[in-house]
Amino acid sequence: MYVAVKGGQQAIANAHKLSAEERRGNPDVPEIGVDQIDQQLSIAVDRVMTEGSLYDRQLAALAIKQARGDMIEAIFLVRASRTTLPRFGYSVPMETSDMAIRRRISATFKDIPGGQVLGPTFDYQHRLIDPALAEGGAPEPAETAPADVDAQSPKVLGLLGQEGLMEAAGDGDDDAEIGDLTRDPLDFPADRDLRLQNLVRGDEGFILSLGYSTQRGYARGHAFAGEIRMGEVAVSFVPEELGFEIEIGEVALTECEMVTQFKGSSKVPPQFTRGYGLAFGQCERKAMSMALVDRALRAGELGEDRVAPAQDEEFVMSHSDSVEATGFVEHLKLPHYVDFQAELELVRRMRAEAEGKQAGTGEAAE
Amino acid sequence: MTATGPLPGYNFAYLNEQTKRMIRRALLKAVAIPGYQVPFASREMPMPYGWGTGGMQVTASILMPDDTLKVIDQGADDTTNAVSIRNFFAKTAAVETTTATAQASVIQTRHRIPEEPLREDQILVYQVPIPEPLRFLEPRETETRKMHALSEYGLMHVKLYEDIARYGHIATTYAYPVEVDGRYVMDPSPTPKFDNPKMDDCAALQLFGAGREKRIYAIPPYTKVISLDFDDYPFEVQTWEEACGLCGARDSYLDEVILDDRGGRLFCCSDTDFCEKRRAMGYRGAMSGEPQEAAE
Repeated sequence: MYVAVKGGQQAIANAHKLSAEERRGNPDVPEIGVDQIDQQLSIAVDRVMTEGSLYDRQLAALAIKQARGDMIEAIFLVRASRTTLPRFGYSVPMETSDMAIRRRISATFKDIPGGQVLGPTFDYQHRLIDPALAEGGAPEPAETAPADVDAQSPKVLGLLGQEGLMEAAGDGDDDAEIGDLTRDPLDFPADRDLRLQNLVRGDEGFILSLGYSTQRGYARGHAFAGEIRMGEVAVSFVPEELGFEIEIGEVALTECEMVTQFKGSSKVPPQFTRGYGLAFGQCERKAMSMALVDRALRAGELGEDRVAPAQDEEFVMSHSDSVEATGFVEHLKLPHYVDFQAELELVRRMRAEAEGKQAGTGEAAE
Repeated sequence: MTATGPLPGYNFAYLNEQTKRMIRRALLKAVAIPGYQVPFASREMPMPYGWGTGGMQVTASILMPDDTLKVIDQGADDTTNAVSIRNFFAKTAAVETTTATAQASVIQTRHRIPEEPLREDQILVYQVPIPEPLRFLEPRETETRKMHALSEYGLMHVKLYEDIARYGHIATTYAYPVEVDGRYVMDPSPTPKFDNPKMDDCAALQLFGAGREKRIYAIPPYTKVISLDFDDYPFEVQTWEEACGLCGARDSYLDEVILDDRGGRLFCCSDTDFCEKRRAMGYRGAMSGEPQEAAE
């Protein structure tokens, strides 16, 4: 007569099997390969690597396959795998000015040394669904750039800096230790290094909306896309036992530097200020949004009033991480009957008391 | 670091030794300052945040190969998440597991403290969602840390007082705040206040892990833990008119199970091990389907 309402080992095992079956879908349809995801859903892979904080295309592609295309679930899988990896050390700071450029644009100058390179972008495409794509087939070969653009493509914001109109990038202290919120617990107020790390790992949708809110008057400051560049950058590492720098590979990056006019404050003269965004692969939307939010979060440092959510580092940093957010929202599926029982008892008691009071006043009136 | 755990490719109890060392340092600090929330560099676990990642990291860091682990959720060993966490450690640490409170050396729990008194050779690990007792009064961490530093707990007493003014009693039924060792106000995790008295002067070490919020705190054995109250409105625990329908217990926390759509209810012990042990000893409740013990 007592029905076992509490869950069972068997139920869990069965649910896992069913989920695996659903992932595979109709067995008559060929199974998707990790290489196909890597090559043909490459921007999804980029996002999983960026928010998963791990540069490994094959692992990210496998995570997407395992997660059935659920991006946050895939990011979660990558993060959980990353956790188990021992830390050898930190790379030498990367030189994004030495990027092998695939895309580079500036919205602040019509022409820039090195030129504007559109590269592989959705921009200026008419978003019309292409029925021919359903059939597949090889795309038309693309033209190749006539010249090597890499060597003479200095940072656009650096050009403004020469006139003294642009603040310096960072505080210039190269020896300052960089924080790492995957190694040390977050403490408020947080410095910009930690804020940037948090934003890179943060959910693209959340950062996008926050960035958008700054454009709509919540922490208003009109930003310009000073430069967006995408391409490959070499990663170097100094192994302790060698004591000198060796190049260990390259990663694809999208970097965005936003420029915002700043009227000056008691601390800082009028000038242009920076917002910085960086992401693995081709995550341009993320890099741009991140740059907007980074600039908004610098309110304290620049002596601006904090009036909007995007300027509030505790609010932004505590809620940006999709893995944290999804875990806690979805934990509401877990049983809570012990607490609910306590609430039931309380509400019953309060109702009984309220009814008692009502009955009491009713009698008095009669 | 070589992987030396029973699960190929992973260290014993999943976390690598660097991470465990970091967590153990936080645990030592937490034990040294009872009730103080120690920030720690919480790691992603292969379970979602909010599903016990803090407790799991603590358990993974303290677990030894000869430990016997018990995992409960809502007091029960057979709730889905408890099953899942127990399986995780059975797989990654190959430790012995048990459902018997008395046989466990480490007990990881969500929302309950076992009814059976704990011993000095046991450790109770709590999963904590929101470690900050002041969080719902003040959302900012910068503010709440200052309040703890200054022992500025007036806001909490005002909240409890307002409850009394409005409802005639304190309307907090779980996650009921406690004062630890005469200093820090602490969130006991969302255990029902019924369990608060068990924390006081407890023989076992009590460790609390909040993964998403990146905090660890502790109550060392035999520490004074007082539930906040007022002289004229002393702290009280929940009581039931009913006894457990299965074992007849009158002194345990009861779950309410809806049996049908005609108002049929069964009240039964939330602590399944406690209930089973009593039934094994011959105690019977009104709805056990067997004749009741005359004594009950």
